[in-house]
Amino acid sequence: MKVSLKVNAVWLLGLFLLCSSEWAVADGSRVTATGGATSIEGSAGGGVVPWAVINGYGSSDEWSATAVATGVFVDDYTLKVIGASVSYDNRIELSYARQRLKLDTIGGYLEQDIYGVKYKVAGELLYTRMPQISVGVQYKTVDDFFLPEAVGARDDSGIDYYVAASKVFFDAFMGRNVLVNGTLRVTKANQGGLLGFGSADNNNYELMNEVAVALLLTDNLVLGMDYREKPDELDFAGEDDWQDFFIGWFANKNFSVVLAYADLGSIAGLDNQKGWYLSFEAAL
Amino acid sequence: MKLLQASLFVWVIGLSGCASQTSQPVLYDRLGGDAGVTAIVDNLLQKMSRDEAIARHFRDTDISLFRQGLIDKLCVVSDGPCEYTGDTMRNSHKGFNISGAEFDALVQHLIHAMQEENTPMAARNALLGRLAPMYSDVVYQ
Repeated sequence: MKVSLKVNAVWLLGLFLLCSSEWAVADGSRVTATGGATSIEGSAGGGVVPWAVINGYGSSDEWSATAVATGVFVDDYTLKVIGASVSYDNRIELSYARQRLKLDTIGGYLEQDIYGVKYKVAGELLYTRMPQISVGVQYKTVDDFFLPEAVGARDDSGIDYYVAASKVFFDAFMGRNVLVNGTLRVTKANQGGLLGFGSADNNNYELMNEVAVALLLTDNLVLGMDYREKPDELDFAGEDDWQDFFIGWFANKNFSVVLAYADLGSIAGLDNQKGWYLSFEAAL
Repeated sequence: MKLLQASLFVWVIGLSGCASQTSQPVLYDRLGGDAGVTAIVDNLLQKMSRDEAIARHFRDTDISLFRQGLIDKLCVVSDGPCEYTGDTMRNSHKGFNISGAEFDALVQHLIHAMQEENTPMAARNALLGRLAPMYSDVVYQ
């Protein structure tokens, strides 16, 4: 089985991160769980929504790196994601994610690369009245345009732009802290980009609302929900909003796991795609 | 989607109301009163002394005065029966150029200190919520 250089590099980074938790490398200074998880697009956030948080635990003047491996197992598809990110000064995040969607029922694969940049422009998640606000860009490019083109997509690459605001409210619900996030995204991507970008009738950017709410059950355990609006531009492949309910365990500043139940709606003509999501993240 | 946004909005507004619960004991008592707050402060001071990035700011500080000031400050912040006679947060941190990383580290030390002193979770979170806004008075000046 041919494995690309990119995938190898990400696995190596992941292995490095896991091993280095045993070396005397200083953890970032930020409080546990404040880096969020990593979404399937490689940006820090929930499962499917990018949040304003910067990945990892690096605080001012500190570097962080993360690696993530995610599997989403719905009725007729399996999505595997491998990603890595680097962040600096709790201000800028550079990310890469490789998505590979196996079409269990239809046959074949859809794959894309996502390169992300996120920049915090205002606020501090925990400390300021103003929410933490970040702007982000995701450059996405699909490997094989055959199926996207067949269902009416216009382009094999595209750029998403978003702005996100996140805030933690202390002692907000049953003595526990709550994180709330709102994200506004403009996109031309179909199914997040896996079915290409734009359509025959429409080459406009669509404005999407995305929200997340999370309850910090303990200092290490987070329960939450992501909701992401999706455009529905392809005549031959209806598209629904995405939603997932997750539980995240932040074991320490080096390792976290997220288990979720995801509802991805209709994908390429097959409706009601629901199933489990499992993600492992290592941070340095 | 509109229903979801509306209920989310209502929930968030409702949450901010839940923060001040007048029917339960004052936060100071939930932290363990004088014994509890003193134990937290002593635990925290140990952690601060072992963190070089933080400890280096205290080389010219009278630690016993600082300790009492911190105990009194936490008492007042948690609605306890104390008087804080020390300087304002802004004045007492002026000139130290405390970084975001040092502030984050201190918050993590405080969380660990409270966990080790068995402070109940709701009280820990409530105290953090009252201390968090001091960020802008403490850092980068």
